[in-house]
Amino acid sequence: MKLNLRKWLRSLTERAPAKTTQKRFQVADWLPTHTFHHSQFADLKALVVEKERQNLRISLCLPALNEEKTIGKEIIMLKSELMKRYPLLDELVVIDSGSTDQTREIAASFGASVYLARDILPQYGEKHGKGENLWKALYQMRGDIIIYIDADITNIRPHFAYGLVGPLIRMPEVQYVKAFYDRPLTVSKGVRVSGGGRVTEIQVRPLFSLFFPELTAIIQPLSGEYAARRRALERLPFPVGYGVETAHLLDIYHRWGMAAFAQTDLDQRIHRNQSTHALGKMAFGIYQTFFRRWKAYGCVEKLPAMETMLRQFQNCDGRYEQTESLIREVERPPIITIPEYQKAFGRHP
Amino acid sequence: MTDLTQASSGKSAPESRPGSGDVVPSAPDILKTRIEQYKSAAEGLRDMLLADLIRFGEIPAPTFAEEQRIRFLANRFEEIGLTHISIDAIGNGMGIIAGSEGRRTLLALTNADTLVKNIKDQTIEVQADRLIGPFVGDNSIALAALTTLPLLLERLNLQFKSNIILLATTRSLERGNLEGIKHFLANSGQPIEAGLCLESVQLGRLNYHCIGLLRGDIHCRLPENYNWAQYGATGSIVPMSDVVNRISQIALPHRPLTTIIMGMIQGGIAYNNVARETILSFEARSESLDILNQIKQQIADVIAEVGARSGVEITLDVIAQREPGGLDISHTLVRKATTILAALGLQPMLYSTTSQLSAIRDAKIPGLTIGLTTGERRYELDEIDESVNIAPLASGLAQLVGILQAIDEGGVS
Repeated sequence: MKLNLRKWLRSLTERAPAKTTQKRFQVADWLPTHTFHHSQFADLKALVVEKERQNLRISLCLPALNEEKTIGKEIIMLKSELMKRYPLLDELVVIDSGSTDQTREIAASFGASVYLARDILPQYGEKHGKGENLWKALYQMRGDIIIYIDADITNIRPHFAYGLVGPLIRMPEVQYVKAFYDRPLTVSKGVRVSGGGRVTEIQVRPLFSLFFPELTAIIQPLSGEYAARRRALERLPFPVGYGVETAHLLDIYHRWGMAAFAQTDLDQRIHRNQSTHALGKMAFGIYQTFFRRWKAYGCVEKLPAMETMLRQFQNCDGRYEQTESLIREVERPPIITIPEYQKAFGRHP
Repeated sequence: MTDLTQASSGKSAPESRPGSGDVVPSAPDILKTRIEQYKSAAEGLRDMLLADLIRFGEIPAPTFAEEQRIRFLANRFEEIGLTHISIDAIGNGMGIIAGSEGRRTLLALTNADTLVKNIKDQTIEVQADRLIGPFVGDNSIALAALTTLPLLLERLNLQFKSNIILLATTRSLERGNLEGIKHFLANSGQPIEAGLCLESVQLGRLNYHCIGLLRGDIHCRLPENYNWAQYGATGSIVPMSDVVNRISQIALPHRPLTTIIMGMIQGGIAYNNVARETILSFEARSESLDILNQIKQQIADVIAEVGARSGVEITLDVIAQREPGGLDISHTLVRKATTILAALGLQPMLYSTTSQLSAIRDAKIPGLTIGLTTGERRYELDEIDESVNIAPLASGLAQLVGILQAIDEGGVS
């Protein structure tokens, strides 16, 4: 069976409320009510009680490719704390893209359920990329809530999972919870620039600022850790590669609006730093995802007035604030069209 | 319940000096079976132990800055329902597993502080069979054993008659000089039947005797009137090298066993600057207090002579001095512990230690130091990497339960 992505995206747009009738979104209103710190969900006993009261099943997926150095630690930390000590998670699954190191063996030795992505729904073929694992995890796992956590985190802590699942348990209207992290680069006393990594700040945030300013409220749109309700995820197409996070944000935003999002501060995340070369590939994949949706939403023909406000973040004494920079890229005409120039140089267009 | 370790010790253990390691008692089958059950239950708690190990290990805790680790320990104790959880005036963290009778009190302890300050990366890596990181061996496993022991006893449905104090001490290493355990013992206000000092490695060690210790810093400083202009001015490093040479020439006896470790030297700031101050950190160890006192005097003579000849100020700062001593190898506690190790199929490694055991000994409490797994340490200038093996941990925990149970059942008097 072939998925008709274009058709699906069009239907998504048709179901979405007309943007013009939506109440103008206010970042300042949304941020304090939908932005959390993981410590707000640290009472695991209470979280488990509430989870059981709602009869929720929660699954954790670790998508992996050659992560033998970190996978064992992630499994130990999450399983011991959130399955054995506090039964918050019902299953912990590793979906592997075909690691050539000891990732699968180590994961299994620490008690995770390990699957090769290509063995899940094999009739739909094998594609390569993290998004493929995330999509196939939906078929493999049984949870009403799915948590995705990258497998390359060296400082993993239980709050990476409960910090993401907390808003979903506490707020029924929330469909999708995104992680963000502290990036401690101080610019002045008490004020630090915040936000995401290089691709976020150079590519995604400017794109969102231009075309979807409301989505700039998501502090780190590309973070690899998020949790969502199955009933939301099962209705989304999944780019198999770099664009999966961007696609999720755009599609959920179109379908349910900002009220469906929450975000949680998970403090610091330590992981491998990627080369500029690798980030270039990521950016390329994101552009494809973005413009595919841009076209499907019917925006190409009806290009709205270009926004001139760039929205970024700073942390001011522990509070996350959005900063706005008015950037008007006014353009000068070719100088050969200027009479004074023509006269001085004797050149004409 | 019958004291199975006593039942096995009908014939006395062979005489042994510290370090000889030749005591291999047999263990009755019923004890072996019991210890196997403990081991099996401990295996079921592997992940929880490892998770706590990682949590402890990744919290920086240089001596005098252990608060965060102790707070984590206290939170864990609270989560698992221990009683009398407290953090005392100098930061020691403790909790009590209440006994059914509470007439006796046993102490299981380890140090919470780590050796080196300013480690850049304290991340622990988990491999299939081992954990690797700066302080996984010293002493994160032992801390994790404290938080896992109550869960293990619960899983085994074991309640001892005695209260068991689980204690993580602060200020034990370097200039801390066992201040944490000394403070606890001076203020605990209750008689303690026996103390078990937990070390992460090596499984099978059985330290029942403390070696005497003299630990100090030798400071070599340039005087105020030092002639900087003089060509060939050597600064503080050359006189210190003379001190090092002279100390290395001190004759040390093999019996009683005596050693001097020159562990650390610091001095200077750049290639082309004369060093104003050089510090040598050393430790002399001996089974004889007299010999330690002689060494102290000889070092004092060396620095006086080198100082006078070179025109620099050299001083000795004694940080710690501990007397040798401990239990006799035939002590009931040693016999009980060797029987438990035998039940695990382990050959006891009997040698002297300089650990917290000396403070237990000074308080006249019978005590032992035991190890929980196998591992090794590799270090370079400012990096420490330790690795510990996962599989033996179950034996390490089973051993701990077995020894506590043996003391609980029959005491050590």
